[in-house]
Amino acid sequence: MSTLEKHSYDVIVIGAGGAGLRAAIEAREQGLSVAILCKSLFGKAHTVMAEGGIAASMGNVNSKDCWQVHFADSLRGGKFLNNPRMVELHAKEAADRVWELETYGALFDRTKDGKISQRNFGGHEYPRLAHVGDRTGLELIRTFQQKIVSLQQDDFAEFGDHEARLKVFAEMTVTELVKDGDAIAGAFGYYRETGAFVLFEAPAVILATGGIGKSFKVTSNSWEYTGDGHALALRAGANLINMEFVQFHPTGMIWPPSVKGILVTESVRGDGGILTNSEGKRFMFDYVPDVFIDQYAKTEAEGDRWYEDQENNKRPPELLPRDEVARAINSEVKAGRGSPHGGVFLDVSTRLSPEVIKRKLPSMYTQFLELADVDITATPFEVGPTCHYVMGGVEVDADTEETCVPGLFACGEVSGGMHGANRLGGNSLSDLLVFGMRAGTGAAEYVRGLGDKRPAASEADLEAAGKAALAPFHADAQARTGTTAAPENPYTVHTDLQQVMSDLVGIIRRESELTEALDKLQVLRVRADDAAVEGHRQFNPGWHLALDLRNMLDVSECLAKSALERHESRGGHTREDYPTMDPNWRGVNLVCRLIPGTDTMELIHRPVPTIRPDLLALFDRHELEKYLTAPELAVLDSPQSPSSVEGEQA
Amino acid sequence: METKNGVDTPGRAPIAQPHLRTDNWRKAPLWTFIGLTAFVVYATIRVFTQSAYFVEGANFHYLSPFASPCLSDSCGAAAEFGTWGTFPQLIPLAILTLPFILLFRLTCYYYRKAYYRAFWMSPAACAVPEPRAKYSGETRFPLIMQNAHRYFFFIVVGVSAINTFDAVKSFHGTEGFGLGLGNIIIVVNVILLWSYTLGCHSCRHITAGRINHFSKHPVRYWLYQKASKLNGKHMQLAWITLGTLVLTDAYIALISLHPNFDLRFIG
Amino acid sequence: MSHQAEFKVWRGDSDGGDLKDYTVEVNDGEVLLDVIHRLQATQAPDLGVRWNCKAGKCGSCSAEVNGKPSLMCMTRMNTFDPNETVSVTPLRAFPVIRDLVTDVSFNYEKARQIPAFSPPEGVGPGEYRMQQVDVERSQEFRKCIECFLCQDVCHVVRDHDDNKQAFAGPRFLIRAAELDMHPLDSRTDRAVFARDEQGIGLCNITKCCTEVCPEHIKITDNAIIPMKERVVDKKYDPLVWLGSKIGIRHD
Ligand SMILES: Cc1cc2nc3c(=O)[nH]c(=O)nc-3n(C[C@H](O)[C@H](O)[C@H](O)COP(=O)(O)OP(=O)(O)OC[C@H]3O[C@@H](n4cnc5c(N)ncnc54)[C@H](O)[C@@H]3O)c2cc1C
Ligand code: SF4
Ligand code: SF4
Ligand code: FES
Ligand code: FES
Repeated sequence: MSTLEKHSYDVIVIGAGGAGLRAAIEAREQGLSVAILCKSLFGKAHTVMAEGGIAASMGNVNSKDCWQVHFADSLRGGKFLNNPRMVELHAKEAADRVWELETYGALFDRTKDGKISQRNFGGHEYPRLAHVGDRTGLELIRTFQQKIVSLQQDDFAEFGDHEARLKVFAEMTVTELVKDGDAIAGAFGYYRETGAFVLFEAPAVILATGGIGKSFKVTSNSWEYTGDGHALALRAGANLINMEFVQFHPTGMIWPPSVKGILVTESVRGDGGILTNSEGKRFMFDYVPDVFIDQYAKTEAEGDRWYEDQENNKRPPELLPRDEVARAINSEVKAGRGSPHGGVFLDVSTRLSPEVIKRKLPSMYTQFLELADVDITATPFEVGPTCHYVMGGVEVDADTEETCVPGLFACGEVSGGMHGANRLGGNSLSDLLVFGMRAGTGAAEYVRGLGDKRPAASEADLEAAGKAALAPFHADAQARTGTTAAPENPYTVHTDLQQVMSDLVGIIRRESELTEALDKLQVLRVRADDAAVEGHRQFNPGWHLALDLRNMLDVSECLAKSALERHESRGGHTREDYPTMDPNWRGVNLVCRLIPGTDTMELIHRPVPTIRPDLLALFDRHELEKYLTAPELAVLDSPQSPSSVEGEQA
Repeated sequence: METKNGVDTPGRAPIAQPHLRTDNWRKAPLWTFIGLTAFVVYATIRVFTQSAYFVEGANFHYLSPFASPCLSDSCGAAAEFGTWGTFPQLIPLAILTLPFILLFRLTCYYYRKAYYRAFWMSPAACAVPEPRAKYSGETRFPLIMQNAHRYFFFIVVGVSAINTFDAVKSFHGTEGFGLGLGNIIIVVNVILLWSYTLGCHSCRHITAGRINHFSKHPVRYWLYQKASKLNGKHMQLAWITLGTLVLTDAYIALISLHPNFDLRFIG
Repeated sequence: MSHQAEFKVWRGDSDGGDLKDYTVEVNDGEVLLDVIHRLQATQAPDLGVRWNCKAGKCGSCSAEVNGKPSLMCMTRMNTFDPNETVSVTPLRAFPVIRDLVTDVSFNYEKARQIPAFSPPEGVGPGEYRMQQVDVERSQEFRKCIECFLCQDVCHVVRDHDDNKQAFAGPRFLIRAAELDMHPLDSRTDRAVFARDEQGIGLCNITKCCTEVCPEHIKITDNAIIPMKERVVDKKYDPLVWLGSKIGIRHD
């Protein structure tokens, strides 16, 4: 590989979504040279699709809001499985990160007194989401993109070269991380346009590759979400945690089939939308679980009043966390009370006037009008659950976002821990900002700490990475399996994988189905190895998909394994055979990793980091009883040692 | 044209057809061409024939907008602002205002679009290649003069005031007040002319478009919103007012030839 | 309900290519991008095409459909006659890479030339105060999803490659307007920049950009024309010019 194109940087950021861009900006502002790599064009990353808003307790709309309340809401939403340190940092720093965006040029919607306006969202006690209509993600991406341009303009002024210290390599897919001994040495990938290979040498790599939704059939996620970062980390020796927790957003479009899965933002409910079944009943009132019984309205009248007077009323149960709403919709449909195409009805037209709907939810309005011929200002529309977000991800240190592999960092959706068993709406965009910045700082410190010692990639590893990437061109079913069957079509394998994951590892899971899924995944692995592609290396989507398949399979296996292991229902993981939340499982993180030196995955139990007593004190004892085990509560009660609660489990 | 340019520029997708539009894209520019040409022909004839532009009766006083203000000695009772001697045929009676109205409309952002597309085919329709190889837009003389639009706007506000004056006068004939169909046509025309004029982009800019803090200038912002509202209908008003101008003028011509054809409601 | 429909899809690269005929199944409620995906999965696995969100939010799937610049994911198949042959080509104002994929780097270069947002002096993070009415104009332009359809359709560069140097294109004229109308941006030279560096004078306001914009941004009426007016303020208005000479300030 003597002709291999090579670039050297201090920090490589894989992913140009909110997390990656924030990390890159930070590392560059700390004086390092940074390259950003992404699979799509610059500015198209998944984050642009985010709609509802960024959660930050600025207290602009309700001055009672503060980081402690945000902390408690997030932990409650995550069913106490979150990494509490991450939740704390997130709640404390989100506001500063949002304000910073204004200095980059972002234009949020405003309150009457000219501050950033904030809207209600499921699971958030106060109006907390900074937003721009229903296109907040676009604002975030564009703001960062423009900030990067501004840094490049500074570099141009200083060095005469825009890309002296910060360069974006768009339409570049990373297929492997390369290491020098234990430490990261860089990333290996190919230009989608030409198919040519490139090596990026860098002592620090930040993964910010987003999620895994493309392994499921009905999803709000784009083709980019093939779990690349998860798989890269796994293969590089890092740990994945909480992979069993997948968020199914309760409201995706379900009709016509071609739009199935496209997201209907939660703001529709936050701004007053109600859910009804085929009998016209607001069924969510029947699904308020015990743990939330004190926080939600018991009657429709009270729920309705809440929109005007939040001090004296409780919020309607349409605004329960997403896992609850998704399960409720699932149950209604199963009970035969679904809408014609297998969902339920969502209606904003009763509470809001057409003008207000068009102003507050403009892209929802056009999305339905243009794609489904439905005018949401006049009629209810059908919605159903769609695979939306993966809570699980790469295990990182809360403060620096470093993984257990020296030099490898992760932030954004690809990292795990922050959201526990379920993520609250709006907490992802703030997660990107807070931990993106921290990852940038973490990587900068790591690189500075290294001094002149730079790890280097070995020729053999590069050779192997190149070979693996070209395998789909040489896939030969006959040689491999000894049959005369035609080689596999990667598109078919992908469709079959999605079917397996949706049918067997979906919203409601069972032991038998999970075992079946694991078997089927093995078969799919063999088929994926046989997937052959035609043509050349220039912009060849068949080839790209064949490579992504490998990652999807790695991630899917982790997911199914963890789901099989966790014998309880919690947040984004629901087991029909273990339908309740079990405090004994509360303290357990399932860690998925490769047994060192092999390709075999293993699952280990690890305690959830402890919650500091001062943070636990933010909750009622009454509420904690629902989550903690008797011994944990006893520790809490003992006057001698108000020490923290250990998450322990066999 | 022969040097490879436009969609044939080397590097771009080599596609034989200059465009692949399958809809009837010629229709819009054709209608624009016909409509504008017809108006220009009509207006030219009417302005230069200097006839049948005014009629006065006991209870009405109709003056065509094409001849207002009438400044020739030949205007007779139509002259409301004094006269400047007898105009030869080639000098329009409303020499004071017509050139500015013409320039106002010629530099109007909407008409510019219309004639660039229909007459200059630059472009005739979107994604249909234009016939010329060189293009400099509005950066050079004479088209750089389009930037003077706002001055014509100021002048035409004055002209509209004269038109309003004419409309008021139209109710008063030699013997007093009256109301006929002619008055209604004239008034409607004037209202629409104002709507067209005040919906001008320059008007929008002057009211508040040029400032960045609407919230600090509530009155200007209010005016801006009204202007913007009219501006949203600017294209329609541009066409409608061509129609009402012709209608008003033609009606007055008719009545001046047959005074008792006017449908009278009062007097 | 489904039927077989005829398509002409451009296949090739800058060295050559042609409109290839395909017959593909079309189902009720589908958009063109669904059909292109089906074509990829069944007949042409190496067909190059960009897309991401399939919901009109990312601006990746730009192409020309029956000669009109459009987003494939927002082009409903029921807008065509079932017997009609639909042509799909790459954007024709930019160099082609392969099939439906073009090199849009022109746009990223233009983006880099515009001076960035310039924060107001002495106003710290968290202290920004702006009224909703004051941010709304710029917010309209920030809806842009950078599909570059307007850049593609604009005859100034589509029909005259030699203008690419001098002309930034509608997408970046709205960026100029957005910054110039930003209540807290501290630069005052954006209109002059639009004239001198972005070539706003080349635009003859024929509105094709507005016609194709999937975000329905009123590019011409709300951005380009107001910017042309602001240029007049700075460059062609004798009163303002005189005012500035004798020291009367305008904001
Ligand atoms: C429809 C929708 C609406 C949402 N709304 C909200 C909301 O209102 N509020 C909220 O908080 N959250 C919301 N979310 C969730 C949130 O948008 C995402 O979790 C978040 O944007 C993820 O950001 P990220 O920076 O981690 O990754 P992304 O923005 O997804 O970026 C991933 C990047 O990694 C790159 N990449 C991936 N693999 C590779 C590879 N192998 N090589 C090179 N590059 C690679 C991609 O090209 C991309 O640039 C929403 C999600 C969806 C789908
Ligand atoms: S209005 Fe101007 S910018 Fe828009 S397409 Fe026409 S010439 Fe180009
Ligand atoms: S202004 Fe409209 S057409 Fe132009 S790039 Fe933006 S969204 Fe696309
Ligand atoms: S009159 Fe049409 S824009 Fe001024
Ligand atoms: S795929 Fe995102 S706009 Fe079409």
